[in-house]
Amino acid sequence: MTERPAVTIDNLSRHFDSFKAVDGISLEVTSGETFGFLGANGAGKTTTIRMLCGLLAPTSGSGTVAGFDIYRQAEEIKKSIGYMSQKFSLYPDLTGKENLSFYGAAYGMNGSSIASRTEELAERLDLHDFIDRPTRSLPVGWRQRLALGVSLLHRPRILFLDEPTSGVDPVFRRKFWKILYELAEEGVTVFVTTHYMDEAEYCGRISIMHQGKIVEVGQPFELIQKHRAENLEELFINLINGREAANAEA
Amino acid sequence: MLKLRFLAHKEFRHILRDPRSLAIVVVMPIMMTFLYGYAISLDVENIMIGVVDYDNTPESRQLIDHFYGSAYFSKPDASPVDGDPERILLSSEAKAVLIIRSGFARALHERSDFSLGMMVDGSDNTVAAAVQNYSSAIVSKFALDQLPVDIEIPGITISTQVLYNPDLKSSHFFVPGLVAIILMMISALLTSITIAREKETGTMEQLLTAPVTPVQIIIGKIAPYIGLALLDGILVLVFAKIIFKVPFVGSYMLLLLFGLVYVSAALSIGILISSLVKTQQVAMMSALVATLLPSVMLSGLIFAIRNMPPVLQGLAHIVPAKYFVTIIRGIMLKGAGLQTLALNGLALLALMGVLMAIAAKKFNTRID
Repeated sequence: MTERPAVTIDNLSRHFDSFKAVDGISLEVTSGETFGFLGANGAGKTTTIRMLCGLLAPTSGSGTVAGFDIYRQAEEIKKSIGYMSQKFSLYPDLTGKENLSFYGAAYGMNGSSIASRTEELAERLDLHDFIDRPTRSLPVGWRQRLALGVSLLHRPRILFLDEPTSGVDPVFRRKFWKILYELAEEGVTVFVTTHYMDEAEYCGRISIMHQGKIVEVGQPFELIQKHRAENLEELFINLINGREAANAEA
Repeated sequence: MLKLRFLAHKEFRHILRDPRSLAIVVVMPIMMTFLYGYAISLDVENIMIGVVDYDNTPESRQLIDHFYGSAYFSKPDASPVDGDPERILLSSEAKAVLIIRSGFARALHERSDFSLGMMVDGSDNTVAAAVQNYSSAIVSKFALDQLPVDIEIPGITISTQVLYNPDLKSSHFFVPGLVAIILMMISALLTSITIAREKETGTMEQLLTAPVTPVQIIIGKIAPYIGLALLDGILVLVFAKIIFKVPFVGSYMLLLLFGLVYVSAALSIGILISSLVKTQQVAMMSALVATLLPSVMLSGLIFAIRNMPPVLQGLAHIVPAKYFVTIIRGIMLKGAGLQTLALNGLALLALMGVLMAIAAKKFNTRID
């Protein structure tokens, strides 16, 4: 389809008082790419995603999502993206189906397309067994499947997933990634953060963030070779430790 | 439109499935009506008063009978009927002494001016105020009774004090005002909690990534609660009628109309609060403090606004309850119509508009 990038970030920063949560990062994600956005806790991943989704105003820098400016075209961006937050964020007192219908309406879908899309996603994400139960009573893995369903409802071109598989068992994690692959094949850009290095290996490209800065970007295999690491986990630990050591010296 | 319907529909589900909001909606107003209706009662009955009758005529004795015949006053247990008024006040349990100078009967027949004396123990100011009100009511009623029915009575201004609430029951005065306070509190509480809850559970974050405008969110939040709050108003009114026997002279529809405006203003206050706080706890406390205190103190519910220092009088103008207390009292007790209440109604409408506009402006589509 188009060659234009799904996400561009140029020197983007977000400060909370004197704390620089995101400190001048630049990045480009092409359409249809599965991009792994890695980093330790508190590195600034969630803050970045929130800025891209229009939830948080940047302190400085610029960025576009789906070709729309993150400052001025937040409403346009919202129509093109799906977002799944780190924290389970469906209504606990509503059933899965009710949550899906509600968000469908929030995206401006009509009743019949909500119904058909719900059926489609229930099939694809295997939601049938629990779609009529209040989400409060569901185990984490099932909730995450529902949350993914909600974020996919309106067929977004770009999907932002903030640690979608934390607390999810390995069987389901495998399944989850299979779905993400299928989406990527359909041309959906997936922008995902994770703590699991095996998951990071599934990504086309990854970036590693540390203390508000992006310290490395590239294909997982390339990066492993470049830094002469055994695997991604070693690479990750070496990079972070190297940074900490450099900080200590400075 | 569909978005709004779904937003509102979802809100109804939340209310029905959450015992806590149900409790706020149903139990709290009933409890408050009981509590306030009984506790804030300025009715003082069976005040003991002594009498010094220098006139000593059938008319003066008749007046004394009028006093003792009312529920408000009674005879002190052991006290001389005549004597030095101040001694009576000191020596007996009497809170006041009625002094009838000689010439009372003659003045009555000649319809000339005459002034009765009432010496009141001011140490208990509630009782003192009650004595003043009740006694002037009794005297004017007595004076009226003495006159032929068809005669014009010049200058009996005193009778205005007993119009509309002839029994001088404070509950008649209070309970309509109470409806105003309860509606204000519940409405602000409900909306502030519902948004704070979405912030707490993280659903607000999810909702804000959807293409929904602040106005849509706010209307979606307010609409279900307007219905609910009005239902609450009706509940409290039914209670008022059954338990406190408060009359309802005016138009139900008119009250409903003004109620709609008032409740919308109150709900906007709730939204405004919730856009400033992050947790349900804080929202609840803020809503209570922001609505209860000003509504009780500055609405004219208990304290007359015109007796307040200028600063508070000015402040009272931005308290929605001030207007609604006047409106609901006017409709329930006096049967006031749209024309009489237009000014208060317009003020309320303007206040609602301003509050809604501020709420919509303050409501942030970002989470920081």
